[in-house]
Amino acid sequence: MPDPDPLLLSPVLDQYKLAGRTSLLPALHAVQSLYGYIPEFAAESIARQLKVPLAEVYGVVTFYSHFRTQSAATRSIQVCKDPACRLDGGIKIPDGIQVEDVPCMGLCDMAPAAAVDGISADWTIDLGLSKRLPLSGRMHKSHIGGDVSILTRNCGKGQVTTLLDYRASGGYTGLENALRLTPPELIAQVKASGLVGRGGAAFPTGVKWESAAAASDSTRYVICNADESEPGTFKDRILLEDDPHHMIEGLIIAGYAIGAQKGYVYIRVEYSEAYQVILHALDEARQAGILGKNILTSGFSFDIEVRQGAGAYVCGEETALFESIEGKRGLPRIKPPFPTTAGLFGKPTVINNVETLCNIPEILREGAQAYSARGTQKSTGTKLFCLSGDVVRPGLYELPFGASLRHLIEDLAGGMANQRGFGAALVGGAAGGFATAAELDTRLSFEDMRSAGIPLGAGVVMVFDETRDLRLILLRLAQFFAEESCGKCFPCQLGTQRQVEILHRVVDGQIDKEDPTRLSEIAQTMTDASICGLGQSAAMAIQSANKRWPQIFTARQDGR
Amino acid sequence: MQEMIELTIDDEVVSVPAGTTIYHAAMEMGVVIPTLCFHEYCSANALCRVCVVEVEGSRVLVPACVAKVSAGMVVHTDTPRVRSARKTILEMLAASVDVSDSADVLRLMQDYNARSDRFPASIRRESDLIDDNPMYVRDYSKCILCWRCVQVCAQDAQYTFAINFTGRGYETHIGTFYDRSLTETTCVFCGQCVAVCPTGALKPRREWLLEEKDHAHTR
Ligand SMILES: Cc1cc2nc3c(=O)[nH]c(=O)nc-3n(C[C@H](O)[C@H](O)[C@H](O)COP(=O)(O)O)c2cc1C
Ligand code: SF4
Ligand code: FES
Repeated sequence: MPDPDPLLLSPVLDQYKLAGRTSLLPALHAVQSLYGYIPEFAAESIARQLKVPLAEVYGVVTFYSHFRTQSAATRSIQVCKDPACRLDGGIKIPDGIQVEDVPCMGLCDMAPAAAVDGISADWTIDLGLSKRLPLSGRMHKSHIGGDVSILTRNCGKGQVTTLLDYRASGGYTGLENALRLTPPELIAQVKASGLVGRGGAAFPTGVKWESAAAASDSTRYVICNADESEPGTFKDRILLEDDPHHMIEGLIIAGYAIGAQKGYVYIRVEYSEAYQVILHALDEARQAGILGKNILTSGFSFDIEVRQGAGAYVCGEETALFESIEGKRGLPRIKPPFPTTAGLFGKPTVINNVETLCNIPEILREGAQAYSARGTQKSTGTKLFCLSGDVVRPGLYELPFGASLRHLIEDLAGGMANQRGFGAALVGGAAGGFATAAELDTRLSFEDMRSAGIPLGAGVVMVFDETRDLRLILLRLAQFFAEESCGKCFPCQLGTQRQVEILHRVVDGQIDKEDPTRLSEIAQTMTDASICGLGQSAAMAIQSANKRWPQIFTARQDGR
Repeated sequence: MQEMIELTIDDEVVSVPAGTTIYHAAMEMGVVIPTLCFHEYCSANALCRVCVVEVEGSRVLVPACVAKVSAGMVVHTDTPRVRSARKTILEMLAASVDVSDSADVLRLMQDYNARSDRFPASIRRESDLIDDNPMYVRDYSKCILCWRCVQVCAQDAQYTFAINFTGRGYETHIGTFYDRSLTETTCVFCGQCVAVCPTGALKPRREWLLEEKDHAHTR
């Protein structure tokens, strides 16, 4: 490996309009693409240019798992280590190739997933792999199904929906309608639709917008949260890869509603294809006068910038995401203040999930009343479910709220694969809960799931057949949280680590009789005392399993 | 005149200026809420969560060192739920780092009957002693990550920015740019980090040498 050439650095950095600390992550990305890692001299040069203290630059570099401080000796294959991809042991990689185990890549429907850094698929076939590696969603077309096709109407066709096609499918009429309303009228429509956030917390979208619109500061931001890193989720990837204008339209409408001048899309770095697709779609929109100055001659001006994450699940937490855009370690902030009063750069900010934003054009297109006719009284509209694991047809399914879990798994996804019986479904994601066979008739709505004690979360349904060892799955979930904890608050920094240690004992059959109590003390403490949702939910799946199958935590045994 | 806020702490009504934290409001009436990462002269970040209290109507516990009082708030500073969270945090901490040199942690552990062996067979956060400058030595096996040293080195006092965090999660450490020795950083050896460290992770050389001598005697 040749030494990195310092002379190459400034031409590359010059291409970026470096604008102070907020340019830190983009600059580090540029350096890593250039050299394959972040050499010390390059970090020092960036620090000088951006006027960020050296130690803080290093703090940022080492926080994000995507950035390396040493050159990688050889090319490596990234293999997903999360449950849906490891059910049958994962991918067998021939000896001699460096394998890097990475957390969920958002390709769970195509399990087992792997990627090769930027190298073509043929290269992987040359390696003699038994299975072709899906480098991205496009190589293997995701299965799109469900009872309705509204948010997903342009998805799964194996091609990106262009601006022309999007318009032909009714796209941007929502924006036109929105621009004819005053911002308060528009917010009233969104409130009347009953839309709640699809990023996991189910907060009413209209209420959030209203609060930002009422803020005293007139510099405001809207952000699309496309960090999607919850193990088991891939819905936002498909929406963005296949139909980028849908999200863009929603984000522009959000910007108009709260009087923002600028929007950001924060997308996880692993979604490199979606990133390119969005950049291209933004250009299309600008050229068509849909984005930029005086949008559709309405007098409203607004533009969107895309930022890439750098390998940190916690940056999906809204305040950590702000810190990351600001060029800092992705540490969640203490709330209050809430984002709608002091968010990105301390300004009033609305942040919404990709899927939430894709609902906005639909509300404006057909009206709040027609929109809320779908779903249940308290959960209006449709929901995307990410099905993975032991079902015949893993994929993305769109349903009006209120259908049963059984309908989703048995009717739509074709039931259990390999003629085995149903064991359990992890619903909601790593921060979710298990549904047993007895709970299959629960209706998929926020209120029904809440009373069943299973969070609907972002719509993950990971199905395990009766032969699967849940202990291994729980261990992996625990490891995920320990690896992704930001380390800021003690309960989560320490508790996620202690959970892993105990679950290792559970898996090894070395369980101590005090361990179940220890696990519940940790759970109680993390849930009660952590700063952010990561720590507050890091014990959820484990406790959910403990409640349903306490025997797996008490004694050594075979199977479940 | 400053606006006064009335609230109830441990069944007693108290009135404090708006903007006061629960911690300081309790202090007014003589109730000392335990703290660990908090330091009067540093920015509070609510890291250790030893100061958590129950606030009626709140789903989760509330960190008293940063949470501001509000009118009609009802606070309980010493319930079983609160005590259990404090105890577990201390027990998990003692299973992670060497707290033997930290009077603050040891006292709290005693107050809450926290056992250092509650979490056996834990992977501890260990690192080698760093002796890279004439003034002080750094033993991060004792560091609890209270952030005080990083903060006084930065905006809380000195504006030298010689140290910061590295890594994340359980593997978070305090360090310098690319692990350079302190003498190759902007450090001016003001000693403020050593002064605010509650654990013995940062020690003036003289103190360290004297202790070494003591150890040699007892060995
Ligand atoms: C650890 C953690 C990770 C999160 N990751 C995401 C994410 O990847 N995408 C997302 O939309 N929301 C994520 N959230 C939720 C966001 O904090 C926030 O609630 C959401 O983006 C708000 O959008 P919504 O109201 O449209 O759902 C995460 C929360 C936590 C605590
Ligand atoms: S809960 Fe975990 S991720 Fe959230 S602030 Fe605390 S340590 Fe960081
Ligand atoms: S003293 Fe409040 S969190 Fe540490």
